[in-house]
Amino acid sequence: MGAVMSESTSEVLVRFRNVQKSYDGENLIVKDLNLDIRKGEFLTLLGPSGSGKTTSLMMLAGFETPTSGVIELAGRSLNNVPPHKRNIGMVFQNYALFPHMTVAENLAFPLSVRGMAKTDIQDRVKRVLSMVQLDKFAGRYPGQMSGGQQQRVALARALVFEPQLVLMDEPLGALDKQLREHMQMEIKHLHQRLGVTVVYVTHDQGEALTMSDRVAVFHQGEIQQIDAPSVLYENPRNTFVANFIGENNRLSGRLVSRDGEHCVVQLDRGEQVRALAVNVGEPGSPVSLSVRPERISLNGHSEHCDNRFSGRVQEFIYLGDHVRVRMEVCGKPDFYVKQPIAELDHQLSVGDVVPLGWQVDHVRALDPLEHAE
Amino acid sequence: MSTSVKLAVVAVGLAFVGQAMAKDLTVISFGGANKAAQVKAYYDPFKKVSGINVVGGEYNGEMAKVKAMVDTKSVSWDVLEVESPELARGCDEGLFEKLDYSKIGNKADFVPGAAQQCGVGIFVWSTALAYNADKLKTAPTSWKDFWDVKKFPGKRGLRKGAKYTLEIALMADGVAPKDVYKVLATPAGVDRAFKKLDQLKPSIQWWEAGAQPPQYLASGDVVMSSAYNGRIADAHKEGKNLKVVWNGGMYDFDSWAIPKGSPNKDAAYKFIAFASKPENQKVYSQNIAYGPSNKLAVPMIDKKEMAELPTAPQNMKDAVKVDVGFWADYGESLEQRFNAWASK
Amino acid sequence: MMASSAPMPDHPLTTQDGVPLKTKLARAERMNKLKSLALVLPLALFLLLTFVVPIGSLLLRSVDNPEVVASLPSTVKAIGAWDGKSLPPEPVYRAVAADLIKARDDQTLGDLGKRLNMEVAGYRSLLGKTARALPFDPAPASYKDALVKLDERWGDPAYWQAIRRNGSAHTPFYLLAAVDHRVDDLGDITATTPDQAIYLDVFARTFWMSAVVTVISLLLAYPLAYLLVSLPTRKSNLLMIMVLLPFWTSVLVRVAAWIVLLQSGGLINSALMALGITDHPLQLVFNRVGVYIAMVHILLPFMILPIYSVMKGISPTYLRAAVSLGSHPFGAFWKVYFPQTVAGVGAGCLLVFILSIGYYITPALLGSPNDQMVSYFVAFYTNTTINWGMATALGGLLLAATMVLYMVYSKLVGAGRLRLG
Repeated sequence: MGAVMSESTSEVLVRFRNVQKSYDGENLIVKDLNLDIRKGEFLTLLGPSGSGKTTSLMMLAGFETPTSGVIELAGRSLNNVPPHKRNIGMVFQNYALFPHMTVAENLAFPLSVRGMAKTDIQDRVKRVLSMVQLDKFAGRYPGQMSGGQQQRVALARALVFEPQLVLMDEPLGALDKQLREHMQMEIKHLHQRLGVTVVYVTHDQGEALTMSDRVAVFHQGEIQQIDAPSVLYENPRNTFVANFIGENNRLSGRLVSRDGEHCVVQLDRGEQVRALAVNVGEPGSPVSLSVRPERISLNGHSEHCDNRFSGRVQEFIYLGDHVRVRMEVCGKPDFYVKQPIAELDHQLSVGDVVPLGWQVDHVRALDPLEHAE
Repeated sequence: MSTSVKLAVVAVGLAFVGQAMAKDLTVISFGGANKAAQVKAYYDPFKKVSGINVVGGEYNGEMAKVKAMVDTKSVSWDVLEVESPELARGCDEGLFEKLDYSKIGNKADFVPGAAQQCGVGIFVWSTALAYNADKLKTAPTSWKDFWDVKKFPGKRGLRKGAKYTLEIALMADGVAPKDVYKVLATPAGVDRAFKKLDQLKPSIQWWEAGAQPPQYLASGDVVMSSAYNGRIADAHKEGKNLKVVWNGGMYDFDSWAIPKGSPNKDAAYKFIAFASKPENQKVYSQNIAYGPSNKLAVPMIDKKEMAELPTAPQNMKDAVKVDVGFWADYGESLEQRFNAWASK
Repeated sequence: MMASSAPMPDHPLTTQDGVPLKTKLARAERMNKLKSLALVLPLALFLLLTFVVPIGSLLLRSVDNPEVVASLPSTVKAIGAWDGKSLPPEPVYRAVAADLIKARDDQTLGDLGKRLNMEVAGYRSLLGKTARALPFDPAPASYKDALVKLDERWGDPAYWQAIRRNGSAHTPFYLLAAVDHRVDDLGDITATTPDQAIYLDVFARTFWMSAVVTVISLLLAYPLAYLLVSLPTRKSNLLMIMVLLPFWTSVLVRVAAWIVLLQSGGLINSALMALGITDHPLQLVFNRVGVYIAMVHILLPFMILPIYSVMKGISPTYLRAAVSLGSHPFGAFWKVYFPQTVAGVGAGCLLVFILSIGYYITPALLGSPNDQMVSYFVAFYTNTTINWGMATALGGLLLAATMVLYMVYSKLVGAGRLRLG
């Protein structure tokens, strides 16, 4: 698998070049999008609603036209190719299975419009049905199936004509949590098995992290960061990404000094923190510090930390495998600390003031967020 | 004002209205210019003389309504204007009261045929050839000219029904007015009439309501039409140059009848007696060009006005009296055949 | 699994007070049933009284034949002994004389004359004439001779056969007449003569014209409904109001407006002539064209609304999905979108067709005599000639034909798939 991955990373399948999209001529929904999608990868476009991710997907599918810029598929400009000639599979949010056709007819549809012979169609439909483990459902109508089954049919229909690219527009949004997690794995495994390129749109960061080879985080019509899930989580490039992906404690202050990779930031109340200088300006400019809750040590564990403060325990939130502790730290009343159940000090109670700390490599000095969430 | 007081006032008002309504006499006619003339000649003066308010209503001669009222014993019409066939039929079917002439007047004063068992003639009217003198250079003189689409190009209006239309067709085919019903009573005569109608069929625009022919004539939709003479005279009065050809006209009576079970029978008799008086009929004939049914009214009308009436001697000369008995016997089958013919 | 593995009790389950569970359940169910029945009852009664009963009694009228039986009771009894070939025997003549005197006094002669006149033209005057001459004074030795002497028609068996045919309180006369058939003097069912035959043509015309109106409405309504669902809400609401506007004006007003617009000196003809498209006015009204124009205008909303409401429920992603799967947009519309609107199309067509079948005012005012539909004749017989037997026979046949069509339709399309919105 790993070999296949590294081999395909080199080849670019889809290229967005300076793509812009505006509906009203005043506001850009997509601002200057430049993106390379590699052959065989699972790329997720992640972002809040209105961030431009779905519009970008629809431009790729051909249902929206770029206001300017070029989209290329396998080196050919797609701008003048109508959607039905792009040969791109697509899975829609509500499956869009044709309700007046049986499952088999739904699956045969893309093949018959391509003029394939009837027997070939039957074979292909049979194969793809067994691929999604729905062999017995060929004669059913979509209305007679559960959400998860319909989802699998929609998936099969987008794959049955063997497109080189499959687009998925929040395909799991309508499913309940358990089924969604199950389907995430199923889609991921299908992708690994078939080696098809997938562009997946979601606003669920968990889903994005679980399934993707790479994730592009969209915000206000721009890609904020595009990286592998682990990189995105551990090394967010700006405050938006840090906030959007995973849980984040944010402390605001001003840059005091910078020294190569590291810097010193003075918090609003006067405390000084040493941090990784990831995205900062000149000394004196505002800075936002980002610390993941699981990187914070409490009590004795904090003795060897570069940054040490004290905090007052406000609340315990029990989550089974771990406990989240809400504390007041440096004047911030919603500072979270994540403690694995095994490490939790049972003496600790609400109102206690305890020492806490974190390493310099785990606090990132980023841009101050311009826009309130 | 409290609600209860308001309610009381409304209740008293309603009671008052109800009382007033009970005294009213409801007279139903065919409306139009005819009704306007009746209001002037009969309704208003009658109210002055008797103190009984006359409420004028209109209908299109649907006996179904009368039958429904009589059958359900909820008669709200007191005096009704009916045409002769409906009068005869309704009398047979028991829809109308048999009249007591001692309450109306001297039977001998009426034009022959006007005093019937269940109805008294109101006036004599005629269905005749009418044309727009502004649109035709030469005046047509008979139904033969009506069929002459070369000399008088344009559409013709005819009543959508067998009655009048078949008589007209026979007269156009050369049957003398006095022989029309004799011929029409034979199957060959009926065939002859329909054959004649076939010739004109493409040029016919059918009318159903009496108000339509003067409209069609005035607008130029048709150049000639069969029409009720009163309607034409009325349009003439309004300044339209419509003329009547009396030759081959068909005349008949409209009559007053009292629906069986009318709650205002006495007032109804009073009204009919009033409307049969010659001096009142004179006023009516001055207002619309229909001839009086009371012989005594004829000398009261001046010569010039008389010339417009169907009862003028020169107008009666070549006219046909509509044979009610004939239509009672052959009406259904001829209307059926007419419908079948017209819808092909 | 849990339930089946649990040991089954030997005796039926009971509630805590010992009553078997099933009984208790049935009781509770019955209460619910009674409650729902009570809720439906007023409507059911209302429908029964205002719809089922009137229509039923109306339909009965089409076979009702009371006149002869009621007015000539002893004649009907006496004529049973007649062989139907030569002239009836003396007792029949005597009975008719007695019956006619009574009928005259009861004022039922008119109804009787009307009914028998339908069988033999001229019967009405024969009865009138005879009734006026009765009773004979002094009583004649032979009523047969006296009556034949009074009017020779009493010597014609056809007049007697008419009475004999109507010796029952029910008759197929009207229903047969409504399909251009009759019972002849020999008692056989034969077609009416071509110059009297009309209703089969009228029925065929009614269905044909309704079908044409339905097709035109569909062709106009489908794209419009599609436009309505694809436009933004504000614009589509405005358009919808314009679609519904005809609903808020009376049919008569609209028909009058069409006459004004379409007549030879009307707006449309003047415009066409002013533009030089024609040099003489086109005949747009008082013919089939005028009827079609006005009927389509009146019935269009009934087609648009069901189609619109079905289209409204179809997500535009179906079309996108089909296109993304490689189908040309037209193919996608035809194979994916259209089949989903079939229910609305079916409902719209059925509505418009059934409403068209019953149209009366519009063809009466805008059409020529050969554009009249069955309802025109129903109204003609109801209002003009008061022949309710004929009116209800035509109406009943129309109702039956409509129901048959509906059944055929529901077999083909499936009534379950019908959606009126």
